[in-house]
Amino acid sequence: MQYFVQQLINGLTLGSIYGLIAIGYTMVYGIIGMINFAHGDIFMVGAFTALIVFLILGALFYSLPVVIALLIMMIVAMLLTSLYNWTIEKVAYRPLRGSFRLAPLITAIGMSIALSNFVQVTQGPRNKPIPPMVSTVYNIEGISVSLKQIIIVIVTALLLALFWYLVNKTSLGRAQRACEQDRKMAALLGIDVDRTISITFVMGAALAAVAGTLFLMYYGVIAFSDGFTPGVKAFTAAVLGGIGSLPGAVLGGLMIGFIESMWSAYFSIDYKDVAAFSILAIVLIFLPSGILGRPEVEKV
Amino acid sequence: MAVTVSPERGVVATPVQRATREALYAGAIALGLFVLFIGLRTDQNISNELILVQRWGLLAAVVIATMLGRFLYVAYGQPFLANQKIADIATGLLPESVATRFFRLPYFIAAVVVVAVLALLAGSLDGLLGPGLAGYARFARALAIIYALASVLFYFRTFILAHFSALGITALALYPIIVVAVLAGYAGSMAGGFQGSLKWVDNFGIQILIYVMLAWGLNIVVGLAGLLDLGYVAFYAVGAYAYALLGTHFGLSFWILLPAAGAMAAFWGVLLGFPVLRLRGDYLAIVTLAFGEIIRLVLINWREVTNGSAGISGIPKVTFFGLMTFNVSDPNYIAKVLDIATSSAYYKIFLYYLILGLCLLTAFVTIRLRRMPVGRAWEALREDEIACRSLGINTTTTKLTAFATGAMFGGFAGSFFAARQGFVSPESFIFLESAIILAMVVLGGMGSLVGIAVAAMVMIGGTEVLRELDFLKQVFGPDFTPELYRMLLFGMAMVIVMLWKPRGFVGSREPTAFLKKSKAVSGSFTKEGHG
Amino acid sequence: MSDTNPSPMNDAILQVDHLSMKFGGLVAIGDLSFQAKRGEITALIGPNGAGKTTVFNCITGFYKPSEGMLTLNRRDGSSYLLERLPNHEIPARAKVARTFQNIRLFSGMTLLENLLVAQHNKLMKASGYTVLGLFGFSGYRKASAESVELARHWLEKADLVDRADDPAGDLPYGAQRRLEIARAMCTGPELLCLDEPAAGLNPKESMALNALLMDIKDNTGTSILLIEHDMAVVMQISDHVVVLEYGRKISDGSPHSVRTDPRVIAAYLGVEDEEVETVLTEVGDEDVIEQLDTGPDSAHGPGTSSSYLAGPVTDTIGHSEGERVTVSKGASKAGQFDAKSSAAASKAAAQAAAPPAKAEPAAAKPTAKPSTAKAPAKSKVAGVSNRLTAPRGGEADNLTRIKGIGTVNEKKLNQHGIFHFDQIAAWKKADVAAVEAYLAFDGRIAREDWVGQAKLLAAGKETEFSRRVDAGKVETSHASGKTAKTVAGKTAAAPAGKRGGRK
Repeated sequence: MQYFVQQLINGLTLGSIYGLIAIGYTMVYGIIGMINFAHGDIFMVGAFTALIVFLILGALFYSLPVVIALLIMMIVAMLLTSLYNWTIEKVAYRPLRGSFRLAPLITAIGMSIALSNFVQVTQGPRNKPIPPMVSTVYNIEGISVSLKQIIIVIVTALLLALFWYLVNKTSLGRAQRACEQDRKMAALLGIDVDRTISITFVMGAALAAVAGTLFLMYYGVIAFSDGFTPGVKAFTAAVLGGIGSLPGAVLGGLMIGFIESMWSAYFSIDYKDVAAFSILAIVLIFLPSGILGRPEVEKV
Repeated sequence: MAVTVSPERGVVATPVQRATREALYAGAIALGLFVLFIGLRTDQNISNELILVQRWGLLAAVVIATMLGRFLYVAYGQPFLANQKIADIATGLLPESVATRFFRLPYFIAAVVVVAVLALLAGSLDGLLGPGLAGYARFARALAIIYALASVLFYFRTFILAHFSALGITALALYPIIVVAVLAGYAGSMAGGFQGSLKWVDNFGIQILIYVMLAWGLNIVVGLAGLLDLGYVAFYAVGAYAYALLGTHFGLSFWILLPAAGAMAAFWGVLLGFPVLRLRGDYLAIVTLAFGEIIRLVLINWREVTNGSAGISGIPKVTFFGLMTFNVSDPNYIAKVLDIATSSAYYKIFLYYLILGLCLLTAFVTIRLRRMPVGRAWEALREDEIACRSLGINTTTTKLTAFATGAMFGGFAGSFFAARQGFVSPESFIFLESAIILAMVVLGGMGSLVGIAVAAMVMIGGTEVLRELDFLKQVFGPDFTPELYRMLLFGMAMVIVMLWKPRGFVGSREPTAFLKKSKAVSGSFTKEGHG
Repeated sequence: MSDTNPSPMNDAILQVDHLSMKFGGLVAIGDLSFQAKRGEITALIGPNGAGKTTVFNCITGFYKPSEGMLTLNRRDGSSYLLERLPNHEIPARAKVARTFQNIRLFSGMTLLENLLVAQHNKLMKASGYTVLGLFGFSGYRKASAESVELARHWLEKADLVDRADDPAGDLPYGAQRRLEIARAMCTGPELLCLDEPAAGLNPKESMALNALLMDIKDNTGTSILLIEHDMAVVMQISDHVVVLEYGRKISDGSPHSVRTDPRVIAAYLGVEDEEVETVLTEVGDEDVIEQLDTGPDSAHGPGTSSSYLAGPVTDTIGHSEGERVTVSKGASKAGQFDAKSSAAASKAAAQAAAPPAKAEPAAAKPTAKPSTAKAPAKSKVAGVSNRLTAPRGGEADNLTRIKGIGTVNEKKLNQHGIFHFDQIAAWKKADVAAVEAYLAFDGRIAREDWVGQAKLLAAGKETEFSRRVDAGKVETSHASGKTAKTVAGKTAAAPAGKRGGRK
């Protein structure tokens, strides 16, 4: 039982990170119906930005409270990563809007390749380890909960609440939902569609940057190629939850996190990704639009 | 790259004013993007701790280059491109295009002269100019050769376009012969010619043709049937491992295993397709991606059978239809049988023709199938699945046949790949490969065999050429490794080409039947499918 | 009807029996029955949202109906239950072809290719499921040439042969419609279902379409079922018209008889509520209703259409199968028409303070008519155990004080002997089911707890809703409500309209 709860906590931590990345996928998909393949690499850029900011802080200050350091890392990562995603949308996706459906998919793949190789060229191909930032571990009745995990879950919960508020209660969120429903009509009603889409990319990137910072803090290492696997997992999570649905993305992220940690704990760590992907396939066979996705009505 | 200038400001500003503003804007964005990534570099010091290395000069250079590029584009590039579309008021003629201005007879003659002079001095260049300048001279010679060849192609463009397929196949068939002949002439001996041809036949020829075959196979699924498959490499892996495992353990011949690998891949295609084909659009995409990853992860982790990440080596070579082999130690080694000098080039040239044959088989089958009811049903499925069902077409079996046919060619290509490498490992079957193959199909123009082949040549040939650009070391210093930039440029090129031609190189579609006259269907009418 | 006017089964190419289609709680088609005769053009008309396309989608297998039976009888004597066939087998085996409201051509393929795709199954067989064709067997080449000839034939019929090698997406709208019909004909159908073939056509194109359809009918023996809004087309070419409204059939007969049916006029042309009211109040009471009610009969006359009762007294809601269709009255215009007549009648009765014995038949007449002709309907409501022949003490309770019972429903309940709260309060499950079936109110009685409300009201207590009724905030037909004069149809439309109204 303790072991199970332990795994549950591990899964929650992992799932939070996946959920944060998955929101970026699902929002972009919801609003312009494209799979932003570069999103995993945006996450990686976020983590790398946090890494560099961490090193700058280390060089400038002799000692800085961890919370403040983490906050600065997070904010800078959010800003710069948003700039990356904003630029990519403007350069690689916007000119292709309304064109052939697969064209932006290919530019997204191109951007993904370009981004990871850009980081490889500028920062080198090796793994970048940092000293542990937070090492406190609490032991509650045989279950060890690290402070890192608590931070991840709390930050995720706070961000999701903020995000939920933004999407559901503000005029920006209303504009986003309007664009999601019918972009042309939204434009006719005076919504700046380009701006709304840009903001969607910025929001997705900001969440991915937070995920990247948390990832760096949790694992303490990042490499240029680390965008792909979490990216694909998060995309899987988004689809599992029902792509286009925000609660679905979080739910999918948590599910993938739980599946992975449980599978590694009880079966075999080698096949944890196989398990996650297989469960995706099985869920989609029975629920073709994911768990919380709107079932696609075949309009005849 | 769209220019977004608010109209009320755009009207009054002159191009230069606007360009200045745009350049400043671009510079600010570039600064934001690159300040941490180019301005600083994370490096490990001796005690394995990360330290930051400052590179502000490089950052400034990149930002200024960005600004300059943006300025030139907005100030001169855009007006120039806009002018290309406006006819002259007096004459009513369109201005000369970039191409006709670029390719002119005097320039061509000059280029030929440059090539001739530099080729004559080839041996003594180092002595005359010193090693540094000689590098530049060789670079200039390469550019002049490319220019001269491009001019010839441009001059004969109508003829080439009219007979593209025939010319292309002839050129491909003659390619190894020409390479060997040219290199033999250069080296002065037949053996030297064969030895030198290895790189050209293997890296360029075979490598590109494998991708052409894969892209043509995927074209059936994505281009014709409109089903987005992001895990195509899985079938390639099935084919490769089928040959690798059966060939090494049971010693079966390539000629038996080639169809077996194809059948096995097709079987896997059906196995995957059956449950997932009722999914639509991006759900299908992610499940195929997941399937590709599952296959790769199983190959990595099922160590007892696949030997994990270490892969399988010692895969038997292809024999010359069982008559001769390419192993020097065998009694019926080709050089012994034919009584010629020993060379590893024979095998490569044989493989080249083998993959060329497989490619032509793929093309033949695709063209033939397109003109048959099943092929038309694939295309109809891409256009409108609901209408298909209203006409009595069983969409499930139609999709499955597309999946299985595509997978079969992937399996063929896989078993060939294993035979050519003599070694397979899961490294070769990552998602990036699927993405590259898909990019070829889309960049080439969905459904168009010629376009896809051109896209494969440009993409693979282009990245291979980057390996050859040693002269860039002369420009950027000896530390510069062009190979490092290969994938970065590859990714950026993918984006740029897609922006330039969103429907691919060949956007139009050839009808499969006609009553009076076959007319190509414009790309604006064809759909890309929802599956 | 089938018992009084038996027709051989194979005379009807398509027999639709008790077809229902529900989407969640929404009833798109409710218990629809009709038949399309072989060699005829049957038109399915009705206002927007009447469920016509849904009927098509059920026939062609895109939807699986919730209930009902769709029988297709082929010329060779075989019959198919369409609701049991997979989607793609309906065209292939039952030989039903269709077109779509929003044209669905293969726009990137040429006209010829479009027509060749339509001959897929035939060509697949000829090509030995691709295997033989791949090696160029002569059988396939011959079949292929034949299929091109068939395509050419239909292109000529559709006047499109000059554009055979152009992409279908390049055609003007009217030509695309014709091409879609030609494509459907290439499947060799016995029943051709056309979904608004004349929509968006100009008069000239519309004429050409008529000619094409008549040609198909006369020369191929293909029966046609069409949905159409363009009355010129419908009246000119169809042999038989079925009118739907809100998923229910409101009329069925020859174009002429349908055209003069006031319920169709009300439903189709959309008679304004005020107009009806004015007319009714101006002219008076029962006479009007009587007149309106028998109006259609005098127009059809006995025997004008096989699907009408040969009796002088009939109800337009009734139809050939002797089945009562339960229209959710308030929702439909035709229903409102009925409702208004009854409301006006009851008002007149109430004003005259007529004895209940007189009021009852007068009020009951318009909608209760079926009970004389339609046995099943009667037996259904007879299922309610505690019916009374007349209200106790000559005065009925104001049933509209129960939330969920509008004036129309009150009237209906009264017709079937439910006058008092205590009667409703005493309902058991079976009674509730019977009443629900009659009112077409699935689950609503339980949901709104009529029984519970009635118990309170019977005990002299009040409910939150009844207080509002008494205060005049909610319209009722009873004098207790201040707004009793307002047309009952409106109030009734509100609750019932929400569930029945599908747009």
